[in-house]
Amino acid sequence: MNPTPLAQWQFAITSVYHFFFVPLTLGLSVLVAIMETLYVRTGRDLYKRMTKFWGKLFLINFAMGVVTGIVQEFQFGMNWSEYSRFVGNIFGAPLAIEALLAFFLESTFLGLWIFGWDKLSKKMHLAAIWLVAFGSNLSALWILIANSFMQQPTGYAIENGQAVMTSFWALVANPHVWVQFPHTVLSGFTTGAFFVMGISVYQLLRKKEPEFFNRSFELANVFGVISVLLVILVGHSQGQHMVRVQPMKMAAAEALWQSEDPASFSLFTIGDEKNLDDVFAIRIPRVLSLLAYNRLDGEVKGIRDLQAEYETLYGPGNYVPSVFTAYWSFRIMVGSGFLMLFLSAWTLFRMMRGLPVVVGKYFKFFPLAILLPYAANTTGWLLTEMGRQPWVVFGLMKTADAVSPTVSFGHILTTLIGFTLVYGLLMGADLYLLAKHAKAGPEIQTPTRTVNDQAYWE
Amino acid sequence: MELNTLWFILIGVLYTGYLVLEGFDFGVGILLPFLGKNDTQRRMIINTVGPHWDGNEVWLITAGGATFAAFPHWYATMFSGFYLPLFIILIALIIRGVAFEFRSKDNHPFWRSFWDWGIFFGSLIPALLWGVAFANLIRGVPIDANMNYVGGFWNLLNPYALLGGLLSLTGFMLHGAIFLALKTTGRLHDNARNAAMRIWLPAILILMVFTVFTYFETDVLIKLGVNPGVIPIAAVLCGLVTGWFIRQKRDGWAFTLNALAIVFSSATLFLILFPRVMISSLNPAWSLTIQNSASAPYTLKVMTIVAAIFVPIVLLYQGWTYWVFRKRISERLEDLHY
Ligand code: HDD
Ligand code: HEM
Ligand code: HEM
Repeated sequence: MNPTPLAQWQFAITSVYHFFFVPLTLGLSVLVAIMETLYVRTGRDLYKRMTKFWGKLFLINFAMGVVTGIVQEFQFGMNWSEYSRFVGNIFGAPLAIEALLAFFLESTFLGLWIFGWDKLSKKMHLAAIWLVAFGSNLSALWILIANSFMQQPTGYAIENGQAVMTSFWALVANPHVWVQFPHTVLSGFTTGAFFVMGISVYQLLRKKEPEFFNRSFELANVFGVISVLLVILVGHSQGQHMVRVQPMKMAAAEALWQSEDPASFSLFTIGDEKNLDDVFAIRIPRVLSLLAYNRLDGEVKGIRDLQAEYETLYGPGNYVPSVFTAYWSFRIMVGSGFLMLFLSAWTLFRMMRGLPVVVGKYFKFFPLAILLPYAANTTGWLLTEMGRQPWVVFGLMKTADAVSPTVSFGHILTTLIGFTLVYGLLMGADLYLLAKHAKAGPEIQTPTRTVNDQAYWE
Repeated sequence: MELNTLWFILIGVLYTGYLVLEGFDFGVGILLPFLGKNDTQRRMIINTVGPHWDGNEVWLITAGGATFAAFPHWYATMFSGFYLPLFIILIALIIRGVAFEFRSKDNHPFWRSFWDWGIFFGSLIPALLWGVAFANLIRGVPIDANMNYVGGFWNLLNPYALLGGLLSLTGFMLHGAIFLALKTTGRLHDNARNAAMRIWLPAILILMVFTVFTYFETDVLIKLGVNPGVIPIAAVLCGLVTGWFIRQKRDGWAFTLNALAIVFSSATLFLILFPRVMISSLNPAWSLTIQNSASAPYTLKVMTIVAAIFVPIVLLYQGWTYWVFRKRISERLEDLHY
């Protein structure tokens, strides 16, 4: 049986799973660092308790990010050995640099932060959490430099059937990085903000520690509005970038079968992927041109024309990704983005007007809204990766040529089931702990009680 | 020096650093159920490695990344070839890492013992399997003309490799026991030292048998000669002297010497490999070497510059954390963060 789809499933499951934890790490590390800064600046106990409470939730999440990341590092060799041989010259470098520059920094200073409360001076301790936050975001930069090469290869030459690096600078300065990196990091900040807002609202509705959770909410609200606004703005430039370098992805995301000038934006489409046509569609004229070029006209290429174009360019084959996935992913991401913007802007507006914030039906929506950034993050990656298919490295290597030739269907199935089971179990434990500590609130610090006071082994 | 050789050495250093550092926290994890007679003691044991285990693990991640960057074919062949063992190691590392963080965040006895066993097995399995993997690496595995491993799973479980697994297992347990003796006080400290004394003998015996076995199973005789040179001999000597220091109750020295024993053993391994990175048991011409598996010179040059700047910085701050946490762990519950 063909192992490729199975290997793709494995990559999708492990990566999406890793990315459940990564964005919260990116955002919450910064928020906790801000809280501790406020503590060191003002000396107020409130901020210290905030640092510890949110810090504990941060740690529970962080552990999951770390262990799922280890799989990421090795699975290119395991399931995608042909890919690794082909791009190792280029792709390996940012991966190694990420570990050396970022992972060492995060892990070492996080150890210092957790265990160093009374071993380091206040300032050193604060520096430790800022270095953790910096390290996390630095790791995002390097992994996205690697990923961007797959989206838009730069600075390479093909020698003996391998891609070799010709310019490290071109790899780092890849224009794709500089839209993808801000978008991803800001989506992480958004995730952190909505996480803090959601839990704060939950506690405020239970009338628990109002000062503590009001302050947390305000902080996260300001942080969140700025982040989500910027995500949307950067996302817009990312879309424009995509029209230029991966027009097929955009055409799929818009279910645009025929080239149009001016191009219309789809509100709702039911498509027929076999015949590359609409079954039913509502489209707004000119809006896609506006998105793509910031003006009311301009051609956006459609799927059928691109397919024909790619066949002459790359030879026969199917160059159309799953339109269904790309289309709905894009809509869920953008939809969540605007919903988050409205939610957080509304409370910020009330806050700045001095109106009571803890009111109304909208407010009750916040705990549930924790799911929004997760939906947007996941669908964002689905669009990015699945919209690139059938390529694993755009224009250079197809996914079907990238899998390990010696790894059998049975092998992959074994590990796929294994990872899925273990990941499922851990998700249960993780959610249980997060919920438990979020509910318990800030009074209870580490449970220092000693239990089960017997030996396992005499 | 030629860059390919330099990168071979650097990757050797990264794996060695990994074995020395994560070696003791594997050992500590394995000893947890044996030495932790009650919950407080178990927490103390876990807290001795608390600030360090993740930083130690990054040595492995960096070694993996560096292998990918400098020798992509090595990365591709090794990890697709050692597929199932690597999968098992990954699962073990996943559960272990989460267990450290989750274990003390709930009071339920079942919760705690569940994760304690996660730490135990999550440490035991990799401690064993790394030895198996490295022994196979120097013994040679079936690699075909296209650089692909064609041996299957059971091929990896030959007696020599299994002995290598026992060697890493006992070596790490010894390393962990000495580390615990160094970091704890009172009853726990005494028990840890006793454990070190008991583990030392089997560990050194296995090391010696493995050394002899190596003459039959690998091409070390052709490569290094009957007299293998100072490094392998230093490994055995350091192992022997470790035992003496344990008996003399000089924990610091015992730890240092056992660390050196691991360093020299690992160095021997890479000496046997050089200039190959994976040995084909089918045809020597099909072996992967530092030439035919490497990245182009430009990539190696870039990576060399990056490594020259950042490796020293990492060593400095990681070394510093060991200094910050140099004190022995106390029994005060407020001090136990895990
Ligand atoms: C946008 C950010 C981002 C993305 C796209 C990825 N990661 Fe990740 N990764 C992080 C951001 C991050 C992080 C926030 O920095 C984590 C989460 C928790 C942590 O320790 O660092 C992390 C952890 C983490 C670790 C564990 C580090 C440790 O032990 O401390 C490894 C080995 C990887 N990642 C590797 C990968 C690989 C190979 C990826 C590509 C497929 C990947 N990550 C995608
Ligand atoms: C953590 C964030 C990421 C997520 C959530 C993600 C998601 C995905 C998904 C869903 C697929 C499957 C596509 C399919 O089945 O057709 C995929 C494929 C792939 N992606 Fe990503 N990806 C992430 C990051 C990366 C990065 C950073 C890289 C490179 C460094 C990368 C490399 C690949 C490769 C090699 C494949 C396999 C080939 C394929 O099926 O397309 N991914 N990814
Ligand atoms: C509302 C307006 C938004 C727009 C126009 C937008 C646009 C885009 C585009 C075009 C991509 C694909 C890039 C590519 O494949 O080259 C993308 C990816 C992504 N989006 Fe969004 N996005 C928006 C909101 C959000 C929000 C609110 C989040 C999360 C909180 C988010 C998270 C992501 C992630 C994680 C990716 C994958 C990484 C990447 O390629 O950057 N997006 N976005």
